[in-house]
Amino acid sequence: MKINKIILSFISAIALLLSTSVTSFAKVVGDKIVLGSAISLTGKYSSNGVHTQNGYNMAVDRINSMGGVKVGGKTYKFEIIYYDDESNPKRAAQLAERLISQDGVEFMLGPYSSGLTKAIAPVTEKYGVPMVEANGASRSLFTKGYKYLFAVLAPANLYLDVAIDLAVEKNGGKPVKIAQAFEQDAFSQDVRLGILEAAERTGSKIIIDDKLPKELNDMAATLAKVKAVKPDVLVVSGHTKGALTAIRQIAEMKVDVPMLAMTHCDAAKLSKQHGKNSEYALCASQWHKTLSYKDKFFGNGMKYAADFEKEFKYDPPYQAAESSAALLVFKDAFERANSFDKKKVRDALAATNMQTFYGNIKFAAGGQNVDKPMVLFQVMCNADGSKCENKVVAPTKWASAKLIHPIPSWSER
Amino acid sequence: MDFLIFQVPMLTLQATLDGILLGILFALIAYGMALQWGVMNIINIAQGDLVILGGYIAYFMYLWGIHPAWGVIVSPFIMYFVGVGIYKLVINKVVDRDLFISILATFGISILFMQLMNFAFGADVVLANSGYGTTMLFDNSVTLPNSKIFSAFISIVFAIGLVVYMKKSKLGRAIRATAQNARAAKILGVDTEKVYAATFGINAALCGVAGALISITFTIHPYMGLPYTIRSFMIVIVAGLGNLPGVAMSGMGLGVFEEFADYILGTEFRIGSVFLLLVLILVYRRFKLSRKREYLK
Repeated sequence: MKINKIILSFISAIALLLSTSVTSFAKVVGDKIVLGSAISLTGKYSSNGVHTQNGYNMAVDRINSMGGVKVGGKTYKFEIIYYDDESNPKRAAQLAERLISQDGVEFMLGPYSSGLTKAIAPVTEKYGVPMVEANGASRSLFTKGYKYLFAVLAPANLYLDVAIDLAVEKNGGKPVKIAQAFEQDAFSQDVRLGILEAAERTGSKIIIDDKLPKELNDMAATLAKVKAVKPDVLVVSGHTKGALTAIRQIAEMKVDVPMLAMTHCDAAKLSKQHGKNSEYALCASQWHKTLSYKDKFFGNGMKYAADFEKEFKYDPPYQAAESSAALLVFKDAFERANSFDKKKVRDALAATNMQTFYGNIKFAAGGQNVDKPMVLFQVMCNADGSKCENKVVAPTKWASAKLIHPIPSWSER
Repeated sequence: MDFLIFQVPMLTLQATLDGILLGILFALIAYGMALQWGVMNIINIAQGDLVILGGYIAYFMYLWGIHPAWGVIVSPFIMYFVGVGIYKLVINKVVDRDLFISILATFGISILFMQLMNFAFGADVVLANSGYGTTMLFDNSVTLPNSKIFSAFISIVFAIGLVVYMKKSKLGRAIRATAQNARAAKILGVDTEKVYAATFGINAALCGVAGALISITFTIHPYMGLPYTIRSFMIVIVAGLGNLPGVAMSGMGLGVFEEFADYILGTEFRIGSVFLLLVLILVYRRFKLSRKREYLK
């Protein structure tokens, strides 16, 4: 009898605790708009997860200090609840569930990587929770008919097709021979699809098409093949490991190609880890600080980079910039919706048409940003290789340096 | 396009040389595994993670401005004590139990190491630049990075050193005696506990050497250990325990096999083909064993 009483009071105490905690975390509390995000603070994506978080935090502080969000004549401030998803898709989906059903979050920010975004999107969709994400570029995210998913970045298939166009242009408009090596994951395979389309469009031929297992840190065989068949352009995409391995082995094996196009150069700190060996590599980037986009919160890219550097002590990679842009999009949508109704905010997001320091943002029906082209930069070093810089070379509108083509052969470097 | 390797003879040579150099490195890791498997009857799933940890030691030396090649001296020294530490904490409790328990225990250590390395060193892919050049043969049509040649050379030096040590030194003799019959060795005054600890330490030290070489030749990452465990497991399975020339040969064989699988089946099947080969060999061994039994009947 006595024990029953104790159990009963214990249960009711917990119930009381739960009920209060739910209300205290509801979407809009007092003057706070609470956003939720599962993010990779540990596990294999942790470095990019931290870039993402820093980008979010930087924008939250900036928006809050510059007057916050005005809805219905009242001013609100942003606040974000983070959970660590351990770079694990299953965990990410659980945490999204928890953020929405336990913490009462009604607006979400995306995680890092296409894989984790893919895991979370069905959950946010189920609950009708609008999610603005900045780090899931896989095309498959935008073909599922999701209504509540919005991505500020360009989809993965657009990362490197510019490079093929550039190679064709340099070849006097004639088709080129392409060698490519891609890791076997959602993102890299989407980049590959983009190349396939570009090849078809330009009549170019793909002469090597290797898929790299994710455990592999040796590309010697692929590169030996490249040496033997002499393509006009070599395309490599395999996250930071792919970029680092490729540059190391291209230099060691003295592989001469007129053009080398890659992804993840700045995430891999390519020029820092490899110095002069990384020179002339072309890299796809969502953003570069020298682009001339503007907004009233961060000014422009250069100012953003300087402020970010001051706060976090490193140069912002594009992963951080796009994450900051996600908050600007949310603020804009809340103010236009003038409401915290999920449906209304969703419709306002769908109608977004704005410029941020990161680029123009306008969503297609699938949720991807169609108003921001990718840029290509080329690693350029000074004579002794002590200092290497990334210079935008394409598209011509944003170029701050002229493309060096073809890449000088190793015997002359 | 397919089978490019047979159309261009130089590629065959390139693949064979790449494979042999790579295989010698694999053989070094496998040698450590064979040693400890033979002496203690423990299959170390954490082998690859010890390798990666050794790689990080060389990488940090590189960051501090020391040439990473010194890692092949420093890394085994540190890793020896890591190995002894692991033995004292975990392995000595499972060493007399059946194989399954020890596989579970080392599997746990493997996961722990991955997470700890990720926590401590971050999830970035890193490498140490040796600045060694390239050896070019046949008018630049076959290229051998000097870092790979260096790796193979150092591996051979350490392997030979260890063989001599096992033959000549007192500890080496004690280790061999324990491997043959632990109980008899104990009766004759060998401190088997100490021998086990030293064996585990030596294995970890070999992993340290290999890791330092891998950070110079390839790239390292906290989660990249498992393929090295699998490869060394396979080499040991093929060669058999206590068969050092066998380990060296099957290591090189595996290296060449991988390179050729890459050219013929495609890069995506490179690691997959290693697994396939492992299955085939196990089936073949089983088949051979069953025939033998029938014969005995």
